[in-house]
Amino acid sequence: MSSFPSGSIQRVAGTALVVQGEDIDTDRIIPARFLKCVSFDALGDQVFADDRQELNGSHPFDQPAFQGASILIVNGNFGCGSSREHAPQALMRWGIRAVVGVSFAEIFFGNCLALGIPCMTAASEEIQLIQQAVIEDPGREWCLDLMALALGSPQDRWAVSLEPGPLDMLRSGRWDATSQLLSRDSELTALMKQLPYINGFQTA
Amino acid sequence: MFPVPAAAPLSSGTLYDKVWELHRVDDLPGGSTQLLVGLHLIHEVTSPQAFAALRDKGLTVRCPERTVATVDHIVPTTTQTRPFNDPLAEEMLSTLERNCLEYGIQLNAIGSGRQGIVHVIAPELGLTQPGMTVACGDSHTSTHGAFGAIAFGIGTSQVRDVLASQSLAMSKLKVRRIRVDGHLAKGVSAKDLILHVIRTLGVKGGVGFAYEFAGTAIEALSMEERMTLCNMAIEGGARCGYVNPDQITFDYLRGRPHAPSGEFWDRAVQWWSSLASDADAVVDDEVVFDAGQIVPTVTWGITPGQGLGIDERIPSLDVLDPADRPIAEEAYRYMDLQPGTAIAGVPVDVCFIGSCTNGRLSDLRAAAAVARGRHIADGIKAFVVPGSEQVARAAEAEGLDRVFRAAGFEWREPGCSMCLAMNPDRLEGRQISASSSNRNFKGRQGSASGRTLLMSPAMVAAAAVHGQVTDVRGLSLHPTS
Repeated sequence: MSSFPSGSIQRVAGTALVVQGEDIDTDRIIPARFLKCVSFDALGDQVFADDRQELNGSHPFDQPAFQGASILIVNGNFGCGSSREHAPQALMRWGIRAVVGVSFAEIFFGNCLALGIPCMTAASEEIQLIQQAVIEDPGREWCLDLMALALGSPQDRWAVSLEPGPLDMLRSGRWDATSQLLSRDSELTALMKQLPYINGFQTA
Repeated sequence: MFPVPAAAPLSSGTLYDKVWELHRVDDLPGGSTQLLVGLHLIHEVTSPQAFAALRDKGLTVRCPERTVATVDHIVPTTTQTRPFNDPLAEEMLSTLERNCLEYGIQLNAIGSGRQGIVHVIAPELGLTQPGMTVACGDSHTSTHGAFGAIAFGIGTSQVRDVLASQSLAMSKLKVRRIRVDGHLAKGVSAKDLILHVIRTLGVKGGVGFAYEFAGTAIEALSMEERMTLCNMAIEGGARCGYVNPDQITFDYLRGRPHAPSGEFWDRAVQWWSSLASDADAVVDDEVVFDAGQIVPTVTWGITPGQGLGIDERIPSLDVLDPADRPIAEEAYRYMDLQPGTAIAGVPVDVCFIGSCTNGRLSDLRAAAAVARGRHIADGIKAFVVPGSEQVARAAEAEGLDRVFRAAGFEWREPGCSMCLAMNPDRLEGRQISASSSNRNFKGRQGSASGRTLLMSPAMVAAAAVHGQVTDVRGLSLHPTS
């Protein structure tokens, strides 16, 4: 498995796998019983645990042909429900480095961004064609190019999109927001002094 | 007269616009905003890795006095003596205790009289106030919007960022006003209202929006009902939902431990009032509902949007939007419920009253009014989990625990319980629950094949009494003993 994302994210290359379905929630990505932990380390093996058990080896995350994949292709409202970062952590620790779909739930999207995992979108019809291509040819190498806004393989190339803010954060490496937030501490202090509920309603 | 506030809100705008602007530290490169977090709430599930990451980076907690902790998800509700039987649960709580002690963060511990579900205790302690930004590593943080706060769930990396910097990198949402006029009918609750809204607008309809709940039906709701409403905004895809602060808000807050008092109270009310959306505020979208048309609502499927009025039948594929058909087919299979089946009369096994959605005193009163003088049906397991120690003690002072016990319900200690089953409370095998919680996702209540029907606390009590989904409007109520 490649190392976890760091620095500027300009492209993600590798094979892909597909999880189909609308509104796939974070309870399915990582069931709550696996949240009983104080570190994320063990989550990679537990991703989609109940769905995988139900499908008894035929879930995409279990199929030999998709092992080692780094790009996950999904449908609409992927990652809805709970805010648990355990969901993208589990995907990342399994090996996923980018997700492409029709749409994403906001908290999931933000959690992925905070880990350096781009969640990029394409129209529903195109996603279906991409999913078909991945399923028919699991060994195909794809490149998600954040500079060209394209998901390409030797056979085809699809336009994908991402909001300018998150795109800039990933390209520039500023997706790890902590240091950026800390650099404006004097502005933060000044703002806190002005806010009535923080200054004990001395000013309001 | 008071001087003009140093942080004067915009002259015209929505509450969301005003609160956003008041908390905007700076615009970040690329277009997102650094937003000050006024109140940060933490619990044992999503904070340990954030503290670990803080240490890895050599950072500390920027404003420990603006973070408040409780324990809720993993606590058992039968006996809460330490150490817990489950060593993983014990490790999570002791880790939270160590972190709070090390960084000087207030922890509302078991037995303190202040412990409970994070979204129940912060309001009842007066921590949540109008005009705040509230963040917590929990998607149901939207609950706090009931006070006219901008409140949203965050992930663990963002918990780390808030601990380190008391701020977050955020993108501004659009505002959709959900205007509900008229009156909710007898037997119809805030839970039915929000299930109806989600059913109508869909589980992804709110993505990209904050939901502003407004209109005469909303203005008539109590604070606890507003909390139920805003709690489930996230189930409609909206990361936050809010109600503009008014006299009902102020009356709820007055005298609570963390609410301002004396001259500061008057200043606070003046400031809070100034934050409400102006009459001429422009919203990005508006949807209007007639409260009088809403009936007791129950989910039948595997998303909170798969809801039905109590008089309806499970829909067949041909009446559904083509985009909703695959998940409906999945729901028929998973729930083992066929199109054309009336939702009323569906048998249930387990009845759960509690959660951050419906675990407050008024919820327990509504359920007790159904349970009083009745008994749960044979073979039903039913239990009531108060949302906090304060709720538990207040309910016991009214004798609600005795009403429930006499009716065959178990009366438990506070916690998240079977909403998400990170504790001993869970469904077994294919059991089907009537639940006052917020999510009916596959496997949500602790069994990979367990099934959940979401409904109001009164409807859960009615289901417990009859052993099947039952229209509470057909039952006589006994609101007092």
